[in-house]
Amino acid sequence: METDVSDLTSLTLAEARDGLKARRFSSRELTEAHLQAMARARGLNAFVAETPEQALAMAAASDAKLAAGNAGPLEGLPIGVKDLYATKGFHTQACSHILDGFKPPYESTVTAHLWRDGAVMLGKLNMDEFAMGSSNETSYYGPVASPWLPPNWSGDKARAALAGDKRGLLIPGGSSGGSAAAVAARLCLAATATDTGGSIRQPAAVTGTAGIKPTYGRCSRWGIVAFASSLDQAGPLARTARDCAIMLTSMAGYDPKDSTCVDRPVPDYEAAIGASIKGLTIGIPREYRLDGMNPEIEALWRRGAEWLKAAGAKVVDVSLPNTRHALPAYYIVAPAEASSNLARYDGVRYGLREPGSDIVELYENTRAKGFGAEVRRRLMIGTYVLSAGYYDAYYVRAQKIRTLIKRDFETVFADGVDAILTPATPSPAFGIGEKSSEDPVEMYLNDVFTVTVNMAGLPGLVAAAGKSAEGLPLGLQLIGRPFDEETLFSLGHAIEESAGRAPFPEPWWE
Amino acid sequence: MAVDLATVRRIAHLARIAISDAEAPALQGELNAILTFVEALEAVDVTGVEPMTSVTPMKLPMREDLVTDGEIEPQVLANAPLAEDGFFLVPKVVE
Repeated sequence: METDVSDLTSLTLAEARDGLKARRFSSRELTEAHLQAMARARGLNAFVAETPEQALAMAAASDAKLAAGNAGPLEGLPIGVKDLYATKGFHTQACSHILDGFKPPYESTVTAHLWRDGAVMLGKLNMDEFAMGSSNETSYYGPVASPWLPPNWSGDKARAALAGDKRGLLIPGGSSGGSAAAVAARLCLAATATDTGGSIRQPAAVTGTAGIKPTYGRCSRWGIVAFASSLDQAGPLARTARDCAIMLTSMAGYDPKDSTCVDRPVPDYEAAIGASIKGLTIGIPREYRLDGMNPEIEALWRRGAEWLKAAGAKVVDVSLPNTRHALPAYYIVAPAEASSNLARYDGVRYGLREPGSDIVELYENTRAKGFGAEVRRRLMIGTYVLSAGYYDAYYVRAQKIRTLIKRDFETVFADGVDAILTPATPSPAFGIGEKSSEDPVEMYLNDVFTVTVNMAGLPGLVAAAGKSAEGLPLGLQLIGRPFDEETLFSLGHAIEESAGRAPFPEPWWE
Repeated sequence: MAVDLATVRRIAHLARIAISDAEAPALQGELNAILTFVEALEAVDVTGVEPMTSVTPMKLPMREDLVTDGEIEPQVLANAPLAEDGFFLVPKVVE
């Protein structure tokens, strides 16, 4: 065991797996290196609960299995878990005040799959409250700072901000901001995340990591705190497309406890990494070229298309005419479903309870105190669009528009397009506290390129594709046919190969 | 369609969220910003379009009508803020 332990947090998930198999280091060493990195990075606020004892116990069990030669596909690999996933006996609060102290007596199906395959849990990751947000600023536990320094900031200035209210430091994206920050800062090899409107892909893009929202139904939603059930999907966030493929192979799979989870075999997604993309047809949707678009994003998008062309793919212009309706329709469908799903938080069965003179007052006081401003806002919008007299005008109309959005994609795929290439975000990461809270729509626009994918139930992958002129990470999105995650992994890997592997952010926070 | 202050209070009550008189005007502004944003959808022609009910074309699976768990009262009550004798405790609801 000659490996320098300080290097163990710089490995990809695949490299760490191969190193463990070759016995170059142990899971205990690998896990300890990450626990130490987490302890030094507490200022970033990526983890809301650290589980070092559990991690070391799992690592010891993995080392025994590795020695005995019966290791699972993720044996001994330390990962982080978004706070939205139920982990039996551990902090599971969707980063909301209203779930104070909640420790589920059960395990989510997706995390159970990961532990079955040998992964090691380092702790629970910060996120926007109930996954509602695009910057990780709505968390009850406070914002997460991105490990990327704001342009022209010194380490001293950033450390001072970290010790204060974090204003001006960069957002890691959201809602899976803790997952993205932890992977980018080398605090874990990979993380679980969830995506309702872009919550895996947007954080991956702004932190220079990779993430995939699989096809709706690919992963079980059982044991994941529900936000908008017809849009929510679990997925991984990791350093590379290959690492995401390794994670998804374990996370996916049929679960009778989720009636929308699909019973079809899970391929070995890693086998798609490095597969030739020669002859694939890539669509470039003209409606994604927005008025006043950031020229750097537009240039990156063009470069991505050229990379794929150079690797043998055919690039064609396509049209998805209902694209501009997706975001407004999403802000009817998602809050409507949330208002129903979040009705369960009543101060009676779990979490926070604020007394009241009667039961209605108990509910109203508990929910007023327990939900943050963004969640309250969305629950009220959802309640309004579902209320008598407005249901048809808002909710039914939005569901019809969803049909139109899906039809757009079906037409393009039927015309022989294998995947669609788009920008992932309208801009690089912005600063914490930079977007005002008076106009919530300003924040919603961050999801303009990602939300169509959830509305149509399709898989979407984001790969790191370069840096802005100011040195901030940028990503590109690939959208695939239903259950064709494999093509996305092949294409995502091709983009990463062309872009080149970027160095990690300097650990200024230590 | 913009909401007035009375509607904001009515929605808050329907959503079972207490709001103070001081909070209502700011909430009204935020809700109207969102409603203005989604207004564009009114112009979309949706004649003859079926509303989406399931994003993946699948039939809801049926299972045997059997009891598959139960006898887990301590687990059900473990996270309750107030419980007694196997029940959740709430303010008096029946006079």
